[in-house]
Amino acid sequence: MTRAAVVVILVVVSVVLGGQRSSATNAVAPERTLRVCADPNNLPFSNQKREGFENRLAEIVAAELHARVAYTWWAQRRGFVRNTVKAGACDVLMGVPVGFDMTLVTKPYYRSSYVFVSRRGDHVHVRSLDDPVLRRVRVGVQLVGNDGQNTPPAHALAARGVIANVVGYTLYGNYVDPNPPARIIEAVARGDIDIALVWGPLAGYHAPRQSTPLDIRPVTPQIDRTRMPLAFDIGVGVSRAHPELREEINAVLKHKQAEIARLLDEYGVPRVVAPAQGGAHAR
Amino acid sequence: MAAKDYANTRFSGLTQITTANVSRLQPAWSFSTGVLRGQEAAPIVVNGTMYIVTPYPNIVYALDLTKPGAPLKWKFNPKPDASSQGVACCDTVNRGAVYSNGKIIFNTLDDHTIALNAESGAQIWNATLGDINRGETITMSPIVVKGKVLVGDSGGEFGVRGWVTALNESDGSMAWRAYHTGPDKDVLIGPNFKPFYQDHQGKDLGITSWPPDQWKIGGATMWGWISYDPTLDLIYYGTSNPGPWNAELRPGDNKWACTVFARRPETGEAIWAYQYNPHDLFDHDSINEHLVLDLQINGQMRKVLVHPERNGNMYVIDRQTGEVLSAEPFAYTNTSEGVDLRTGRLKYVEAKEPKQGKVIRNICPPEPGAKDWQPTAYSPKTGLVYIPHQNLCQDMEGTEVSYIEGTPYVGANVKMYAGPGGNRGVFSAWDPVHAKEVWSVKENFPVWSGTFVTATDVVFYGTMDGWFKALDAKTGNQLWQYKVGSGIIGQPITYKGPDGKQYVAVLSGVGGWSGAIVAGDLDAGDPTAAMGFVNAMADLPKASTKGGTLYVFSLP
Repeated sequence: MTRAAVVVILVVVSVVLGGQRSSATNAVAPERTLRVCADPNNLPFSNQKREGFENRLAEIVAAELHARVAYTWWAQRRGFVRNTVKAGACDVLMGVPVGFDMTLVTKPYYRSSYVFVSRRGDHVHVRSLDDPVLRRVRVGVQLVGNDGQNTPPAHALAARGVIANVVGYTLYGNYVDPNPPARIIEAVARGDIDIALVWGPLAGYHAPRQSTPLDIRPVTPQIDRTRMPLAFDIGVGVSRAHPELREEINAVLKHKQAEIARLLDEYGVPRVVAPAQGGAHAR
Repeated sequence: MAAKDYANTRFSGLTQITTANVSRLQPAWSFSTGVLRGQEAAPIVVNGTMYIVTPYPNIVYALDLTKPGAPLKWKFNPKPDASSQGVACCDTVNRGAVYSNGKIIFNTLDDHTIALNAESGAQIWNATLGDINRGETITMSPIVVKGKVLVGDSGGEFGVRGWVTALNESDGSMAWRAYHTGPDKDVLIGPNFKPFYQDHQGKDLGITSWPPDQWKIGGATMWGWISYDPTLDLIYYGTSNPGPWNAELRPGDNKWACTVFARRPETGEAIWAYQYNPHDLFDHDSINEHLVLDLQINGQMRKVLVHPERNGNMYVIDRQTGEVLSAEPFAYTNTSEGVDLRTGRLKYVEAKEPKQGKVIRNICPPEPGAKDWQPTAYSPKTGLVYIPHQNLCQDMEGTEVSYIEGTPYVGANVKMYAGPGGNRGVFSAWDPVHAKEVWSVKENFPVWSGTFVTATDVVFYGTMDGWFKALDAKTGNQLWQYKVGSGIIGQPITYKGPDGKQYVAVLSGVGGWSGAIVAGDLDAGDPTAAMGFVNAMADLPKASTKGGTLYVFSLP
């Protein structure tokens, strides 16, 4: 990833959400534009080469809406939503958690959870946050630093008094490196830490790409004893200015459910069933 | 320098403007910076020229005071990396430049320190001190001591490791860097380090007072003020809060966050240190200014530092040893009950300690503290410290679903609101010898501007709704006010022009953390935006629009 990739590229496109016919004579150009804001450097979600599953999902949605995708790239850090959707630069974010209140959110298209990542050769079959092994080995968690809060596993371990053997990794990393949040997975493969607790899609994609075989197991329970969730439903974030677009995307997500499931499988996104539906384990 | 003198007093000996004639003060000229973000800088006046640094993109303007209307002499645009806007915490402010030996030296948000020829605006050197891609930024105003340009970093929110760096004034090369976490050799702690309190003594406390390796991302940056005492040859500054914010994740004192250091300017060697907030619970950075004063304490002349701390206490510290002589609340606080003067430790109130899954109401002072970066002034004539500050409290619970870097988590739902009395801001005069308030003026909005005081006992400050005010420094009686275009969060100054007349100057342009709702176009319907500050500032957009204008005043 070059430094140029982090420079914000403002893609200037016209808002043609109503789908009215363009007055342009070029008959080949789609008449609609799906304006997406995305991080240019954060696989498996998105990158500027459009290699992430969120990039692919955007293409699926756009095709159904007879639209073309136009991106505004912006690091998904503090101020991301404010500087993108809220600033009117785009209409959708391809992944946000249900309950996120800075945008409208569609129905979820997947539910994942935080997972344990360990070296296969270590035979650490940890599934529970209460497993005593978490007190004995070096455990890595990611730290947010925004909002005075941190990732749910960091809090869950602290609540259990598991601190002295916990190593914090900044979620942000160095933005000139590719996919900065992936450093913690590499740390497990390298042996710097024994277990990492990270968000499922990040692990599902990066773990198989390490030279050391790694195992992934969803964290239980999904809702921790402090009522903090470790599993989240993810939908598409839609600008509050376009409630009708949310309904259109909801229809696409339903219609293309099987294709989207295949897409998520391709990227190794671990999915879990909500406890209310009887499942605490990976599908 | 932005702080007027090494002692950080912001006291002016000019006498033309007095309590008797200040009511006739009127606008002389103005200048638009062309940047509509929070204007926190102090204008610098040297040799008939005024220098201003804007917020990001950190343009420097030189204005010719020898000509009517102060026309532009030169302009320098450093063109900082655009991505720094995406990764910088808070508003993209800059707190001003410093003049030294024919050079104007300033910092950019993307971690450069740049020296310009003050006469021509030509770049002399340009040093890179940090990496924006790691979350490091610079917003502070540098100072120059004995040929060393002293600079600190910002970005504790992103898990950076804080430092202060000295550059050689001649060529911008690095002379030394002192980290604020990690091993003693990195903190520049050596055999001459003699902290006053026992729990500050011991090897590598910057490692051992943290969970393993956490010091590597432990924050403790330095984005505030540095002062200097030439007689003792020591610089003084305080470090920011430790990271991560959640205190539960970092058991231990987390040294050397929230700590004042005394160091040798030429080598950076630490001589003593004192930690204001061991194991900080509330994001209470200790980067506020340290006034270098000689005061009669209990009948004895003492060389002291006076420090209004974010935790709400006014500290008086022996600046030779680091002993706390007194620490009394200058604002309402219910999160701590003073300092144990025997051990030096702040006495936290347990009920207010943030814990995961626990809702805590009425935390006073909240994250920005009883006073944030906005610098105080001291008048040797009145013997009083003038404190622009806020009066806020907050509720805190972890309930808001957030998403960063593709990773969901539950953010803290923080809401700030006015403290006791209902006013959000206060401008007060404090007697540091008797450790008590002498007078205070309530302001509707937090007082986020700097201040200065003159030998004729006139003290100036600005409000976030755009009133620039002059008060009688002895009584607090208001003598004059003028409504400027946008709210004031800058540092006012006074200077004698080439025509021999005394002028007063201030930048207008609301923003900063408190004013982010206007400068950053935040949604008033989202009370937790700007880390909960928006809840307290929902009415600011009605009181002030964005701005970026310098105003200069004089007598007719």
